[in-house]
Amino acid sequence: MFDLSGKTALVTGATGGIGGEIAKTLHARGASVALSGTRKEKLDVLVEELGERAFAVPCNLSDAEETSALVGKAEEALGAGLDILVANAGITRDGLLMRMKEEDFETVLNVNLQSYFRLAKSCMRGMMKRKSGRIIGITSIVGVTGNPGQTNYAASKAGMIGFSKSLAQEVASRNITVNCVAPGFIASPMTDELNEAQKTHILSSIPAGKLGEGADIAAAVAYLASNEAGYMTGQTLHVNGGMAML
Amino acid sequence: MADVIERVKKIVVERLEVEADKVVEAATFQEDLGADSLDLVELVMAFEEEFAIEIPDEVQEQINSVGDAVKFITERV
Ligand SMILES: NC(=O)c1ccc[n+]([C@@H]2O[C@H](COP(=O)([O-])OP(=O)(O)OC[C@H]3O[C@@H](n4cnc5c(N)ncnc54)[C@H](OP(=O)(O)O)[C@@H]3O)[C@@H](O)[C@H]2O)c1
Repeated sequence: MFDLSGKTALVTGATGGIGGEIAKTLHARGASVALSGTRKEKLDVLVEELGERAFAVPCNLSDAEETSALVGKAEEALGAGLDILVANAGITRDGLLMRMKEEDFETVLNVNLQSYFRLAKSCMRGMMKRKSGRIIGITSIVGVTGNPGQTNYAASKAGMIGFSKSLAQEVASRNITVNCVAPGFIASPMTDELNEAQKTHILSSIPAGKLGEGADIAAAVAYLASNEAGYMTGQTLHVNGGMAML
Repeated sequence: MADVIERVKKIVVERLEVEADKVVEAATFQEDLGADSLDLVELVMAFEEEFAIEIPDEVQEQINSVGDAVKFITERV
């Protein structure tokens, strides 16, 4: 089950905690993977680690042209059309709305949401022709529940969900599925820095009593990417230890 | 011109899975040949590839019938 042999995937934000795990998991299940991020050295290390079937395709997703060209670049590196897009890169610029600058809002929307539009759009032609494809957006629990201090981030993540549902309806008849995975609290370099009191507070809101791991998210992505998930589209898989049951 | 008509018809028959004799120049893709909006996008993509031309979005909106497609393509190739 969930075998990805012979498939190709592009993972953005592969230099990050969750994206790295997604890349490893898809690769381990047999996919050829194109890894993207802005940190070239980090990408090269990852590619080295994975060995064959892995390629680095650096890209700054805040640049519209570069982003629109990324899928083509990935296909060139992979030597085949793209089967699986995982739009995982994301940023935060937190602050209360009263103090939020226009630029903080725009930057987050651009990197998180508009890049998703650009990447998905540039996959369409090939996926329509091949009558198959998997588009997977990594959104966030916050896109559904909201979170003070994250109006920009929550808007971008909710936007990804609405976008995915709409596109899912447009292309379902062509065997292209579009889904999201919404992580809750996932252990990362950022959460490592929280102090004990902060950690206790966070954990009290998670029935599972622990933070999630990148691998928990990667498993959901591997499922959505697989042939077995062909009848699943327009959905958001919430992977959050029961933090919110939606 | 005759060649363009034949190539267009062939693509339409294949893509829309319709009988060849229904694909006359007056036939509209959506009403007469049962295409949905996504089929139209795919048809235009197929024309672009077959004839190595670019069909801009504004033009796509005006291509409603087989004849429209033939006319536009003939002007370009
Ligand atoms: N960690 C959590 O608890 C959590 C919870 C919910 C949702 N999420 C979502 O999960 C995704 C991954 O999060 P993470 O925790 O792995 O974050 P992370 O470690 O900070 O990784 C973020 C990734 O995004 C990439 N990125 C940022 N700006 C970019 C840009 N302008 N161009 C290209 N790439 C860019 C980074 O690449 P470079 O560093 O190479 O630029 C990095 O690989 C994000 O979409 C995040 O919103 C995370």
